[in-house]
This record gives sequence, C-alpha cells and structure tokens, in this order.
Amino acid sequence: MKLKELESCLQQVDAFEEPKIFLEQYPTSPHIAAHMVYTIHNTFDDIENKLVADLGCGCGVLSIGAAMLDAGLCVGFDIDEDALATFKMNTEEFELTNIDIIQCDVCNLEPAAFKKKFDTVIMNPPFGTKHNKGMDMQFLKTALNMTRTSVYSLHKTATREHIQKKASDWKVKMEVVAELRYDLPASYKFHKKKSVDIAVDLMRFSIS
Amino acid sequence: MKLLTHNMLTSHVKGVIKGYPLLIKATEVKVSEVEFNPQFVSRMIPKLEWTALVQAADGLGQLNDLPNELVPDYEKNDEFLRKVHHVLLEVEVLEGCLQCPESGRVFPISRGVPNMLLNEDES
Repeated sequence: MKLKELESCLQQVDAFEEPKIFLEQYPTSPHIAAHMVYTIHNTFDDIENKLVADLGCGCGVLSIGAAMLDAGLCVGFDIDEDALATFKMNTEEFELTNIDIIQCDVCNLEPAAFKKKFDTVIMNPPFGTKHNKGMDMQFLKTALNMTRTSVYSLHKTATREHIQKKASDWKVKMEVVAELRYDLPASYKFHKKKSVDIAVDLMRFSIS
Repeated sequence: MKLLTHNMLTSHVKGVIKGYPLLIKATEVKVSEVEFNPQFVSRMIPKLEWTALVQAADGLGQLNDLPNELVPDYEKNDEFLRKVHHVLLEVEVLEGCLQCPESGRVFPISRGVPNMLLNEDES
C-alpha cells in the first residue's frame, strides 16, 4: 500500500466527538498517523506480521494504520469508553480483523503487566502539558516494559534533551526518526487561535 | 477480545500475586474468518502460555482437538498452525466477563472490549 493511499484511508477514520480536556484528547491527524506507521513499516519493518500495541489509542487512527499495513494483531489500549466506542465503530467500518481493544489506565499499569509481550509499541501519548505533567514519560516507561524490540512515540521537540537523558538512564537507545509539525486545530474553548503548529519529533526507542 | 489478547491479560488487583489466567465467562462468542498467516502464528507460539490457551479455548467450546501439549516441529505443521490460528485470532468473546482467579474480581466485557479499569482502592 502506498503512503498516499494509506493517508486517504485514514481520513475516513472518525475522531473524538467531544474531546476531554483532562485526558488531553487531541486527535492524531491522518497525515501524521499515515507518515508515522508508514515510516515504521518501511524503514524499520516493525509492523507487518508483528504483535503491535497502541497506547492511549483514542479513536484508533494509529492502530487502524498499523492494521492496514498488515500487523499480525494490533491491540489498542485506552482509558476512555467514549473514544473506544468510536474506535470500535471505525474497525467495523473498515472491516479490519487484526485489531483488538482493551480498556485500561495506561498510567496505572503494573510493571509486570504485558511485560515484553509485544514486538512493537506505537503511541501518540498525552504531551503532559496541562494538568498531566510527566504523563508522556509514564507512557514511555510503560511502553518500554511491554515491548521486546522497539517503541515509536511522538514527543514535543522542546522535550528532546530531557527524553534523551531519560532514555540513557533507562539504558535504551533513542533516535529522532522524523521532525514533524503537529497542527493542533482549536479543539477547546480556551484556545484563542484557530490552530497552532507545534514542533514534534517521531522518536524510536530500541531495546538492546 | 481474541484469545491471543486474553493470553496476555493479567489481573492486578491490590494484593493479588498471581492474577492469571483470567477465567472467561462468555455470554456471546463470535467466530469470524481471519486471513491465515503461518509466519505470525509460528512466531507467537513460543511466547504463549499454552495451558492457558487450551483452557480458554476449551471453556468456549472451541478446542477443535488442539492438543494439551505443544507438538514438536510445529513450524512445518500446517494443519496444527491453522488450528492455533483459529483459536488465537478467529474466536472472539463479545459479551461476558473475565474473573481474577485469586480475588474473584470480575472485569466486564462489552462489545468485545474487556474493561480492566480498577477502582482507586484496588490499585
């Protein structure tokens, strides 16, 4: 499947009906989602025939992308019932059979839960800006526990140095795979501008 | 919830030491065709908790002569891989619940999604 084809498919994926601010529910745009999973597949071969986890999957755009690129099975994890109901509808509309969903609190998973069960973890975690300081790092820590090989995650470029340091503390290798502009449309009332561009890195963490 | 997912699921209620395997109590099960991918199935097999898989399949009446013990040289055994494929990916629990073997805590499954959320006093 070509990148353009994937992106146009992902444009059909329904996003949050009413985004919840306390969960930092910002949608992952079809453009970013398509580029992310396509790069993971094409450059690193970490999707096809793999057991993939998508943490904080929301309405499932990354999972659906991974499923379309022939993941063996992609399991989406999220705390929010409403987002998961939309995700379920999306998988039914796309008639994808290589997707499964678990409702749970990613931030509260025990270190032993799903330990090294997945080949690859993909995620667009909450950036941990609002009232959720440090949540992006909690997601990352959990993801690294769950994978046997690698984690792909989006983080604000501004936090790159901090994350690099954490990664070396945790003895994992971090590389920036792509630099992206994350176009955040104004989803909440407190947003004064129509949309803002945030510099975001697609990072790859690999376990040696 | 597919049985491959169930095979990885554990209950982490406070105080529980071995919340595995979760007992499946299904009220609705769906079996649908999923494209057979022998490579993926062969690669998953050594990572499975085999006994838990056999128990889960048996409990749902989907065992289809899956042996209690893993067969040797399964990579080349197409018939065996198809059976495992069926159990892992084609059988899906849509409604029912999962029960923690130690605490008895019940996790509901609705529209195929298990709800593993714990209350504040349980985590």
